[in-house]
Amino acid sequence: MAAASDPSERLADPGQEARAREIFKQVRCLVCQNESIDDSEADLARDLRVLVRDQVKQGRSDGEIRAFLTERYGEFVLLKPPFSAGNAVLWLTPLAVLLAGGGLMVALLRRRREAQAPPEALSPEEEARLRGLLGKE
Amino acid sequence: MIVEFGAFALVLALVLSVAQSGLSAVGALRRSGALAGAGRGAAVATFAALVCAFAALIHAFVTSDFSVANVAANSHTAKPLLYKVAGAWGSHEGSMLLWCLVLTGYGAAMAVFGERLPPRLRAWAIAVQGALGVLFLAYTVFASNPMTRLPEPPVEGRSLNPLLQDWALAVHPPFLYSGYVGFSVVFSLAIAALIEGRVDAAFARWVRPWTLAAWSLLTVGITLGAFWAYYELGWGGWWFWDPVENASFMPWLIGAALLHSAIVLEKRGALPGWTVFLALAAFGFSMLGAFLVRSGVLTSVHAFAVDPTRGVLLLSIMGIAAGFGFVLFAIRAPSLNAGGLFAPVSRESAIVLNNIILSAATATVLLGTLYPLIREALDGEAVSVGPPFFNLTFTPLLVLALAILPAGPLLAWKRGDARLVVRRLWLALVIAAVLGLVAYAVVTPRKALASLGLVLGFWLIGGALAELAERVKAFRAPWAEVRRRLSGLPRGAWGMTIAHAGLGLFALGASFETAWRVESAQALGVGGKIELGAYVLTLTDVGTLDGPNYLAERGVVRIEKKTGGFVCTAEPERRFFPVGGQTTSEVALCPRGLDDLYVVIGERRAGPAGEPAWLVRAYVNPWVRLIFLGPLIMALGGAVSLSDRRLRLAVGRKAKGAEA
Repeated sequence: MAAASDPSERLADPGQEARAREIFKQVRCLVCQNESIDDSEADLARDLRVLVRDQVKQGRSDGEIRAFLTERYGEFVLLKPPFSAGNAVLWLTPLAVLLAGGGLMVALLRRRREAQAPPEALSPEEEARLRGLLGKE
Repeated sequence: MIVEFGAFALVLALVLSVAQSGLSAVGALRRSGALAGAGRGAAVATFAALVCAFAALIHAFVTSDFSVANVAANSHTAKPLLYKVAGAWGSHEGSMLLWCLVLTGYGAAMAVFGERLPPRLRAWAIAVQGALGVLFLAYTVFASNPMTRLPEPPVEGRSLNPLLQDWALAVHPPFLYSGYVGFSVVFSLAIAALIEGRVDAAFARWVRPWTLAAWSLLTVGITLGAFWAYYELGWGGWWFWDPVENASFMPWLIGAALLHSAIVLEKRGALPGWTVFLALAAFGFSMLGAFLVRSGVLTSVHAFAVDPTRGVLLLSIMGIAAGFGFVLFAIRAPSLNAGGLFAPVSRESAIVLNNIILSAATATVLLGTLYPLIREALDGEAVSVGPPFFNLTFTPLLVLALAILPAGPLLAWKRGDARLVVRRLWLALVIAAVLGLVAYAVVTPRKALASLGLVLGFWLIGGALAELAERVKAFRAPWAEVRRRLSGLPRGAWGMTIAHAGLGLFALGASFETAWRVESAQALGVGGKIELGAYVLTLTDVGTLDGPNYLAERGVVRIEKKTGGFVCTAEPERRFFPVGGQTTSEVALCPRGLDDLYVVIGERRAGPAGEPAWLVRAYVNPWVRLIFLGPLIMALGGAVSLSDRRLRLAVGRKAKGAEA
């Protein structure tokens, strides 16, 4: 269950609490299989929630809190990898595939349109063949 | 004795699938009807042998025969019958057997129902299906045999993970496997078509019914899984972008792309190379999923207990099958006909665009799922790719796909008229925008993006209705003619309308639920109250309860409207399973139209004055039922389309310009 909603952990200020919850959803419970600390009931998740709530209470910004967590636990702790040189491929792939596909489609359509140019007049041999065929009918 | 019989049947199935593959391939090469017929017989016999093996395993589970290692590890005498049966596919070994059962079942189906396919193509396809059977059956027999006996049987079994003891999850694997193993037929047909060198409109017509069937079943399977996660994991989420979920979602996306591109190939003869590529890729992704789920290379909430050597074997199987397919594709692709011409504004273009977006979406899910492995291998850095990443990348692609969707079916083939489409859709767009604005103005708190999601949902439903109205000339022709047209509408057209509207319902539910769910949690003593949106919840009683294989604490929560008026009584439980020592939450759901009131009870703790108290969490999940109803309606659309006479009768027959 969304363990973070436990009232015994909650911050008094609802605005701060809401901000903390948003941050929880982006932080991985390090010992769990694949859960955020917002969801996880693990003890470590609880410790991380206390840590993040403390920092929110101290007035640190979201970015500062993320930087703090990253420094302590590595990038692994962030469920949304930061946009960096190392992660550029990850972030840009969706757009790249979309653009490549779109480009390919445009190129194809263009080539097809050229191929669709009006047919040239028949050569004399072809015309003779056509007449032969029509004559047979 | 029955188990030995099952083990024998399993080995027999392996031998028979070797025969199926060999006889069919030689039959195809020598154009021998007798050999191909023997191959078909072997395909049916393989399936029959596996049915026996599977029945034997179920029998072992039902009778709690703990001398079988798999039963001892996954069952227990006190478990309810349904979960004893479901335990047969609840483990890695058992589910591998289910995989083989489905794989050979499709092979037998092709042998029995494929009489309209050209004989050689059919023989090749059955040969390939048999070869896949050989690979997976050999793996099951030698590396993950569910029939292995224990030298010293335990008195009692270790039982199935209690989270899996649930009706939705009991029926989830059969649907899921019927879905993504169903793409094996598509794969086999694609290889057969490539061998024969004919990828044309007829190929599209053979592939489409199988794709429709597999995709619809996969849709149901994934939906059941999402529904299970929604009420069993206890925090109300229904999709976590977990690697295992992604593993089943990628074949679904590719299958959806294939459904559409096959239409273009069938009607217009265009995109043959791309369609056959997708046909190969769909099962490629199914195999990739099997590898990811079973090898332990990725951490996931739902992965099977794993073993790296099995991972290597599965990777080899995938490499052999997919490698063969794609090498053959690379050899044959240049000789494929480019097919019919079409203008930039045409239904072909709309479907190509749909395919581009679905491919980008698949690439996003694939890379997001594998990226932690890639980074680890490249520079040893451990990274996580979780829901916030997918929400930022996948969702915009989905929005784009949904935004253009209603225009597609209204465009003419070859050369469409954009102005005509605008004239037919403006009303749907205006209504969708107005409804979205109303939601933005009325629902608190105000959320612009979610309101936009609602606009998209209404736009899809409105677009589907507008297209239907256009087909039957509603409001333009006399009622008698409209009725005549309605009854004459092909099932395929109904299927499309239903499926697109179902997607719209899903978009509505997903947008509304994600944005406007209300959460509330409080430690309550008996008699304590919490407010939840427009409701008040009172914990009136907590009692204990003896289940068949668990002990439970059950809370009785009375739900009333704030304005007065009884709504319902929710009875959430916290179950303790002594075998395995696990505790699970049994959520209480109180359906209110499309909404759910969702109540969970936590462990007993001491209240402020030392009195016993229980943590009660509750949610209002608005429109959540649409999230599950929408995909089921999409699957229904697939089924309706599958029942189209044209698909059934014309399977393999010469292309006739049937209009649709």
